[in-house]
Amino acid sequence: MIKEAPRENRAARYLVSGPPLLFLVVFFVAPTLIMILTSFRFPGEFGGLAPIAAPAEKISGEYGFTPEAYQFFFSDVLYAKIFLKSFGVALATTLICLIMAYPLALLIARSEKRFRNLMVLLVVLPFASNFLIRIYAWMIILGPESAFSHFVNAILGAFGLAPVTLLFSPFAVLVGMVYVHLPFMILPLYTNLEKHDASLLDAAQDLGATAWQRFWRVTWPLSLPGVFSGSALVFIPVLGMFAVPDILGGTGDILIGNLIKDQFLGTRDWPFGSALSIMLTLAVLSVAGLATWFARSATGQRA
Amino acid sequence: MRRGNIWLWSMAVLIYAFLYIPLAIVVLYSFNDSRLNAEWVGFTLSWYQALFNNTEMLTAARNSLIIAFSASLGATVLGTMAGLAIHRYKLKVLPILVFTPVAMPEILLGVSLLLFFLQVLNLTLGMVSIIIAHTTFCIGFVAIIVRARLQGMDESLFEAARDLGASRWQTFRLVTLPLIMPAVVAGALMSFTLSIDDFVITFFTKGVGEPILPIQIYTMIKVAVTPEVNAISTLLMLLTLVMIIIAARLESRASSGRVKMPREIVKQ
Repeated sequence: MIKEAPRENRAARYLVSGPPLLFLVVFFVAPTLIMILTSFRFPGEFGGLAPIAAPAEKISGEYGFTPEAYQFFFSDVLYAKIFLKSFGVALATTLICLIMAYPLALLIARSEKRFRNLMVLLVVLPFASNFLIRIYAWMIILGPESAFSHFVNAILGAFGLAPVTLLFSPFAVLVGMVYVHLPFMILPLYTNLEKHDASLLDAAQDLGATAWQRFWRVTWPLSLPGVFSGSALVFIPVLGMFAVPDILGGTGDILIGNLIKDQFLGTRDWPFGSALSIMLTLAVLSVAGLATWFARSATGQRA
Repeated sequence: MRRGNIWLWSMAVLIYAFLYIPLAIVVLYSFNDSRLNAEWVGFTLSWYQALFNNTEMLTAARNSLIIAFSASLGATVLGTMAGLAIHRYKLKVLPILVFTPVAMPEILLGVSLLLFFLQVLNLTLGMVSIIIAHTTFCIGFVAIIVRARLQGMDESLFEAARDLGASRWQTFRLVTLPLIMPAVVAGALMSFTLSIDDFVITFFTKGVGEPILPIQIYTMIKVAVTPEVNAISTLLMLLTLVMIIIAARLESRASSGRVKMPREIVKQ
């Protein structure tokens, strides 16, 4: 430990932590508080907000604070449905990502050391390309005139089924979501699996465990912390995503993110948009808390 | 080779294909002599030509570069400070403020900053609001990278410098900063890429004035898809690839080279 006068230490501490703290208080904490405040106000006549204080010349009209935005949210079952649907899409995306990511993460972790970095880089590389481009790529692949669409419809036709439109459908949304978030699942899984002690599997094999038993009784339980952190990293951003349904989805594929976006750039109902954002924040916080709790109890059992 | 391995390998090949084929198609069709992204007709560079004659797109690219440069500069300075502070001192509030914007859905930061800019600062949305917004979400990424490097380092280096009579500032400038430099540069490059690519937060804080690259791309995708989008996409991928290669070079050089005491401190 560094020995020194406590006063000098304190000065240095404020000097280093002060500027980022100040910046984030102004541009992260304050905006969040403003958002909470906004959710309790009245919408303005022409979008935006009604004034907090009553205009002097006018006694009637809406001003001040109100829980109206939240009442509105709970008054129509439509909004609860959209929240549920978003949770469903997030859950499905997380599960598909997990099923796809696990074998690859396992393979990378069990490869020779000198190949591992390259294999991880190959996972990260496409993820570094522009987010919109990655969604746009699926617009091409799933487009009605694309080779893939023709192929799928030819197979469906062979079974006597009607042709389908792949683009602008819930299927396209799901594919886009998985594609955009897959690396978030692979990386934490790999980081976890890489640390596993290979002698545990040898021991299990010596004791007569089959390949499946070795996986299900040894590798899988040990990898649970990685599974949970990967799941949180996929689930949370999917919950708030609006670009994927916006570009790949049809008119019916609206999720929370699209609903929020419309309140600010479409109908301009700021209080309702803020209230929706706060509901989303609460949902995210509970999911993150749940994932942390599961990960802790999964590691706790083995400690 | 065991049977399990073959199964794993085929899964891996499929997933790598899933990751790369879409991007390969985007690149391929940027050279395709057809307005439709449907089948290969012939080779052409006309989409790139169209792109370089598209003044609005060029302005958008210039604006995005200015934004990315400013935001990554701000985020690198503040993020490095945050990384150092979180590593060295037992702080309660700062880590939460630094890491939460990284973890939460981008739309929330976009919405809250939009409301804040319009209501409190009374700011006309544009370049400045985008730079501030991008700085806010990039700080966390820089801090994570810098902190990770500090965690892997031997504390005795700093103690030795202090024991030899270096002041706090000297220790920072001559020992700490050179040692964390690869992480600082990696953080800066990462912020730059994140800023150039960011769509969601830009979408909320952009205002109506200047054209910005991701917004231009979005409009092209939504309104009229032409292979010009493929051309700009290909160029952006190339840019990102170059940035990643630079970052990887710096990192490997930093980790392979042994820690050398800077000459100035030896003299003192």
